[in-house]
Amino acid sequence: MTSAAPPPSDLPATEAELHAFADGQLTPERAAEVQAWLAHRPDEAARVRAWETHKRELRALFDPVLDEAVPPALQRASRRPAPWFGRPALAAAAALLLVLAAGGSGWALRGAHDAPLLAAAPRANDFAARAAIAHTVYAPEVKRPVEVDAAHEEQLVTWLSRRMGAAMKAPHLQALGYALEGGRLLPGERGPVAQFMYRDEAGHRLTLYVSNEKTGGAATGLSNTDLRGGGDARPDTAFRFASEGPVNVFWWVDGPFRYAITAPADRAALTQVSAEVYRQLAAAQP
Amino acid sequence: MSMPDDLTPWVPRLRRYARALAGNRDDADDLVQDTLERAWSRAALWRNVADMRAWLFGIMHNLHVDALRRGRLAVVALDDDTPDAVAPPPQAARAAVLDLQAALERLAPEQREVLLLVALEDMAYADIAHTLGIPLGTVMSRLSRGRERLRLLLDGAPSVPGGDAVRLKVVK
Repeated sequence: MTSAAPPPSDLPATEAELHAFADGQLTPERAAEVQAWLAHRPDEAARVRAWETHKRELRALFDPVLDEAVPPALQRASRRPAPWFGRPALAAAAALLLVLAAGGSGWALRGAHDAPLLAAAPRANDFAARAAIAHTVYAPEVKRPVEVDAAHEEQLVTWLSRRMGAAMKAPHLQALGYALEGGRLLPGERGPVAQFMYRDEAGHRLTLYVSNEKTGGAATGLSNTDLRGGGDARPDTAFRFASEGPVNVFWWVDGPFRYAITAPADRAALTQVSAEVYRQLAAAQP
Repeated sequence: MSMPDDLTPWVPRLRRYARALAGNRDDADDLVQDTLERAWSRAALWRNVADMRAWLFGIMHNLHVDALRRGRLAVVALDDDTPDAVAPPPQAARAAVLDLQAALERLAPEQREVLLLVALEDMAYADIAHTLGIPLGTVMSRLSRGRERLRLLLDGAPSVPGGDAVRLKVVK
């Protein structure tokens, strides 16, 4: 008790200042004033002491975690992951990586057929263009971005699988910051295609566009046996990338399926999502 | 900010905070793992990150909130405006007064976060505001409410200062 306490300068301490006092976040001058103020207010002083006590107790309770051995899974997750092209499953595909920068040609929005680049590019470009168009049509939707939402994921997957005539699966991209919003069925070139929609924290949408339509030029056409034959190494099995303004598309062929990822994300991010989707879908195959 | 190849130095602190947040080891370590994975997925943004700690803990915050929304973690959800339901301890005072961890779990999640960042990380209030993406005033009100509720739960103290009822205190 200081009899020579500074004149009760009674610049009263605010609640916030009392906390800052307990946490050592006041300037030394103000801390001294608050201390003097508290000297005359036992109730307030008791509260502050209780806060300080609880803080010490919390440290005592949880600080031992600092010394625990870090589980192997967390050790692995702490280190920079191998770049996706370094992973064996994707190395072959990466070797074939073909980058198509569409530049300002506007193919994604205008339709594919008049873009000069497309004339020379593989037909798969039509596919990427359709995926990009489907993205630009539905991604801005506020109320109805999907037909079936993620809360009914099972129904969504069952429904799409039935309509597509093949087992569908919605990859989970939570770890990459994208939450599944749901999906819808769309008309493709010759039949149904599926679109899964995801959304990141900032509200940016990412779509996965999946088709198992029979491929091949509309004019020439490929034989059905060729299309149905399992496990044939298709010449266009590769990851491909195209960009149109803020929207980028990453697409590939895997067996009878074609996939396209579209989002207003940079190529690195899209690459990572594509690698993850590829990984999950590969893991799901029997 | 430079781009480290290793987030290992952050792991013990992330685990400590996650443990206090999630209440059990498994959920906590899942949260840490998700945090690390998301951090790597956004490594391209690191050059814009001025405060790595705020960034990492902010990621953890977002993931935790997501998990709470999905109801994956078992919590007693009390929002800021829920009146304290804890009556002053009656006869069996000892049984009524909670231990620290149990009391912590009864705080509203948003109060718990602020309280823990202060207690475990000694984080400056402004950094907490940045980490959680909320205004400084909200940090202070959550801290204040969280601390008073904790005091009530632990010590049976009145949440209003100046109450003069005799309170029982548990000697640990």
